[in-house]
Amino acid sequence: MLKKITTATAAVLLAALTACGSGGDAASSSGTADDGKITMGFAQVGAESGWRTANTKSIQESAAAAGIDLKFSDAQQKQENQIKAIRSYIQQKVDVIAFSPVVETGWDTVLLEAKRANIPVILTDRAVDSEDTSLYKTFLGSDFVKEGEKAGEWLKANAGSAVNVVELQGTTGAAPAIDRKEGFEKAIAGSNLKIVASQTGDFTRSGGKQVMEAFLKSVPQIDVVYAHNDDMGLGAIEAIKAAGKVPGKDIKIITVDAVKDGMTALAAGEINFIVECSPLLGDQLMDLAKKVLKGEEVPARVVTEETTFTPEQAAAALPTRKY
Amino acid sequence: MKNRLLWPVLALVALLVLNVVVTPSFFSLRLQDGHLYGSVIDILRNGAPTLLIALGMTLVIATRGIDLSVGAVAAIAGAVTCTYIASGGDPWIGMGIALLLCAVLGLWNGFLVSVLGIQPIIATLVLMTAGRGIAMLITEGQIITVDSPTYREVGAGFLVLPIAILISLAVLGLVALVTRRTALGLLIESVGVNPSASRLAGVKSRTIIWTVYVFAAVCAGIAGLMISSNVSAADANSAGLWIEMDAILAVVIGGTSLAGGRYSLTGTLLGALIIQTLTTTVYTVGIAPEITLVFKAIVVIAVCLMQAPIRIRVRQGVPA
Repeated sequence: MLKKITTATAAVLLAALTACGSGGDAASSSGTADDGKITMGFAQVGAESGWRTANTKSIQESAAAAGIDLKFSDAQQKQENQIKAIRSYIQQKVDVIAFSPVVETGWDTVLLEAKRANIPVILTDRAVDSEDTSLYKTFLGSDFVKEGEKAGEWLKANAGSAVNVVELQGTTGAAPAIDRKEGFEKAIAGSNLKIVASQTGDFTRSGGKQVMEAFLKSVPQIDVVYAHNDDMGLGAIEAIKAAGKVPGKDIKIITVDAVKDGMTALAAGEINFIVECSPLLGDQLMDLAKKVLKGEEVPARVVTEETTFTPEQAAAALPTRKY
Repeated sequence: MKNRLLWPVLALVALLVLNVVVTPSFFSLRLQDGHLYGSVIDILRNGAPTLLIALGMTLVIATRGIDLSVGAVAAIAGAVTCTYIASGGDPWIGMGIALLLCAVLGLWNGFLVSVLGIQPIIATLVLMTAGRGIAMLITEGQIITVDSPTYREVGAGFLVLPIAILISLAVLGLVALVTRRTALGLLIESVGVNPSASRLAGVKSRTIIWTVYVFAAVCAGIAGLMISSNVSAADANSAGLWIEMDAILAVVIGGTSLAGGRYSLTGTLLGALIIQTLTTTVYTVGIAPEITLVFKAIVVIAVCLMQAPIRIRVRQGVPA
């Protein structure tokens, strides 16, 4: 008997929720048209690096400047947190959802829920690996493969007698880690350079330091360190110094990102080359969100503007650097 | 007692042998700028924070408790110190403030568990979640980089041996002395077996439980200083992330029962060394990052399985 009542109550509740869902949806979309105030739900990866916090700040500032109401959540590097955040945005009926996926796969279900709720999704900074590209409107971010290629090409041109490269990968399964690895390998293919060891340092300084310490003992000859972000490179510098070698001279260091600490080390000659990966995509994101909500066509892929830095360029750029 | 530690010792030896086979120079040591340099030294230095946290955890677990908040407390310690140093403060005072704050956080945990009687796993979960938020607030979400030679010494410095492991071993010695040479260890174990019976027998259960949580938090604080000092930066987001799991694992591998009432400090030392050796092994042997977790899981399962039948035999052998 009790079971029957429970089932019945659940059914009624479910029906009520569904009704609310469709009703609310209509209300919110008409609301957008009326007052022009857009609500954006943004699910950030976390605050794992200076880069990420600059990215967060850029999005928050641009949203305020563009008059967009921003709901922000921090997933602390966990996909389940991010999925939860996106689900809650769907329930709150935001106008547009933007997020930087923690990992590449496993997003189909939640994105389908957003699609069914008629909420457009914009990916920032990192892509998802899904066959159904209708699940999101556009992907705004850096081209990580290109970044890896830039790093590899610079090394090919400036390698000298260097041969053995060790690689400090980002978080296993994350798009920047996979793509920066792929691009770099593509660029150095056919040259003398070879990757003799490759491990993940989880994009953190202590991770980079610990892996580099182990490499310095287990790999007989290291000429170059290629780190997937500045922080791991900075950790590697510490390890190299502790081993009595000179970072930047005895062992060349190439990193990606160009955050302030990394640029400072580059200007000091401890890092040799940094490929920029700009986090300041807030303005571009707000523009895209407005266009998407107006129903305008947007390209499926928008690349952020980026450059590369040598020590001299870093010294020149450092005083005006925002992050 | 001795043969409970047999399997952890064998596991550690097996890992070390694996390393030597793959990297023959694994045990080679040399003097570099006046300190020892080699893979074994790395294991000791990087394992020091885990060991320290596991020590605190051992006593907490001996009272049939658990402290999930140690990772967050470690992050707070690093965040407070680095923020203080970055604003021009003296590193020693910064570290003092951080450890005081950690003691207060330990008092909070102890209060929830011993006075309010909340389940330890829930009580410390509060700070596990909130603590990282506090650390983020302190650093404003940024990685705070500091340039302080004094502070560097804690995690990256050497007195021939890494200072970090010397601190951890000193704490280990101190705990061994205080709990094994006095009745304190017995009292902690009796609280773990039955808090009410202990109280009726005149043991101040509440004070003891409160004390072990404060001790665990201070240990976590010192470990946090080591972690952040090692890279001269406070990373509120990733410092000490999941270290509570490593610490609990170290305690369990070392033969301390999660049911409380019995603990082994030597076992915890071995457990912490096994965990760090495992991580270093992954890097030196060159196990692909994609299968690292599987490799670690297999080793942990193997160690736990090896221990299981022995424990049963020990229990059967001891008359109830």
